[in-house]
Amino acid sequence: MDQTLPSAVDELKQAVEALSHKVDLLYGQAAQLAAQHPGAAQTFLVMGITVFVLALFVGYYVVWHVTPALHSPLMSVTNAISSVIVVGALIAAGPAVFGVSKVFGLVAVALASVNIFGGFIVTQRMLAMFRKKK
Amino acid sequence: METWSALAYLVAAIFFILALRGLSSPASARAGLRFGVIGMIIAVATTLALPSVISFVPIAGAIAIGGFIGAVVALRIQMTALPQLVAAFHSLVGLAAVFVAAAAFTNPAAYGIGVPGAIATGSLVEMSLGTAIGAVTFTGSIIAFAKLQGLVSGSPVVFKGQHVLNAALGVILIAFIVWLVISNATVAFLLIVLLSLLLGILIIIPIGGADMPVVVSMLNSYSGWAACGIGFTLENNLLIITGSLVGSSGAILSYIMCKGMNRSFFNVILGGFGGEAVMAGGAGHADKSVKSGSAEDAAFILRNASSVIIVPGYGMAVAQAQHALREMGDTLKKEGVRVRYAIHPVAGRMPGHMNVLLAEANVPYDEVLELDDINRDFPQTDVAFVIGANDITNPAAKNNPASPIYGMPILDVERANTVLFIKRSMASGYAGIENELFYYDNTMMLFGDAKKMCEDIIKALEG
Repeated sequence: MDQTLPSAVDELKQAVEALSHKVDLLYGQAAQLAAQHPGAAQTFLVMGITVFVLALFVGYYVVWHVTPALHSPLMSVTNAISSVIVVGALIAAGPAVFGVSKVFGLVAVALASVNIFGGFIVTQRMLAMFRKKK
Repeated sequence: METWSALAYLVAAIFFILALRGLSSPASARAGLRFGVIGMIIAVATTLALPSVISFVPIAGAIAIGGFIGAVVALRIQMTALPQLVAAFHSLVGLAAVFVAAAAFTNPAAYGIGVPGAIATGSLVEMSLGTAIGAVTFTGSIIAFAKLQGLVSGSPVVFKGQHVLNAALGVILIAFIVWLVISNATVAFLLIVLLSLLLGILIIIPIGGADMPVVVSMLNSYSGWAACGIGFTLENNLLIITGSLVGSSGAILSYIMCKGMNRSFFNVILGGFGGEAVMAGGAGHADKSVKSGSAEDAAFILRNASSVIIVPGYGMAVAQAQHALREMGDTLKKEGVRVRYAIHPVAGRMPGHMNVLLAEANVPYDEVLELDDINRDFPQTDVAFVIGANDITNPAAKNNPASPIYGMPILDVERANTVLFIKRSMASGYAGIENELFYYDNTMMLFGDAKKMCEDIIKALEG
């Protein structure tokens, strides 16, 4: 009996030591993550702004090349592609759990779909009418 | 975001750029449109393939309902109603942006931007901007739609202290955004939405019907910026790229429209233009007489001309006269007359409106020329045939510094040998300015409905 008690205490001590080691590891990991996270967000903001500015330049040059005769189709096609916001809506509508954000997501999916289909079809109708002299 | 989906989104963005690039000429435009459709399919398919998106049935239902409504409306709409359709579509993009932002606010974990009540500060700022722009786009487009559709009067609604009120509301909006960022409060989010909805209405009501091309372009631009704001919130490059493309497209169109009227963007959006009739320079025309003619007179002049330039305006769209007009052009061409069309940048109610209507009536696009390309041909032209246009032909823009439209580029129709001017009555144009062109010696007024007049001229030509 007096043999088992010390051995049990030893075992317990070992287990506590292992646990504290694991806690240390976990703490280290958490600290690392915590240090990383704001950094990651920062990186996206900078990258996002980079992408934004470059896309503005692309937009500027591409749109000035559009012939004035096609400014109406330009408007309806940009309307259709701005509905790419559906991507955000789909992510909100995606989870299986039913909640208020899912409802918002589904409404946004429906609204954006009106635009996607409507915008592309009406552009197609317009472009189909532009013909050269026979 | 996983690597593969980010790359797929990049491909979609490139397809969108190619779609706009295709519009550089009518010949490549249809291929461009296909690129746009492919880009959208890639974007949607990529998102549906994300591991977090598993609720397919309700999504398919939402797409089916929205797609059906959009398709039916787009297939049924008359081409003359295009400006209001585009305005209505813009409102939906704005509303969708508000709903996406609301979804991100209530369930930020789905987008990896925090937990409810503790959303990352940057995301909150971007979210509020996306929401505010989206809400302004929504109500602003609805007002634009109502004005274009004739549901409300097109004349500007102005009241004392309007701009001060708008500016004050803008400041309050910024205060609400700061409050939201500090507190994460749902009330703050709701107040941002409500105030932005109100601002959208207030910003658009003072702008007159004739300035709607600028408004529609501006709202087009806003819908892009809203998508951009949401793109920053969701850390999604595709949304940022597409939003910037759409935003810059709308901004450039607004700029072109403003330049076409020789007015600054602020002059247009501050509104109040074209409300009451303006007496241009106080010069009354009571002593001058107007020469008016019949369809037979017009047919006689047209038949004996060797070249004719047709100048269409919004009145042609209202009268649905484009088909009759094209028939008249065809009849003249058979008689050996050279027929061309001159388009002013702000003719109609949206950029490129006249080009679409003429294309609908089967006018070949190489006979339709822009202001800069055709304006110097008027002196060598026998007949300028003005149908449904007014202010864009008013010589006061060149020779009367007191005129509100002084400095606006106009089509030099008065330099043609004869000007035939179809008009319902002697009323002034949308800018509320009298057109001295009516009293010129080489102008003949053809009073009547534009469509009826074209049909009568055809009869007289054939008879």
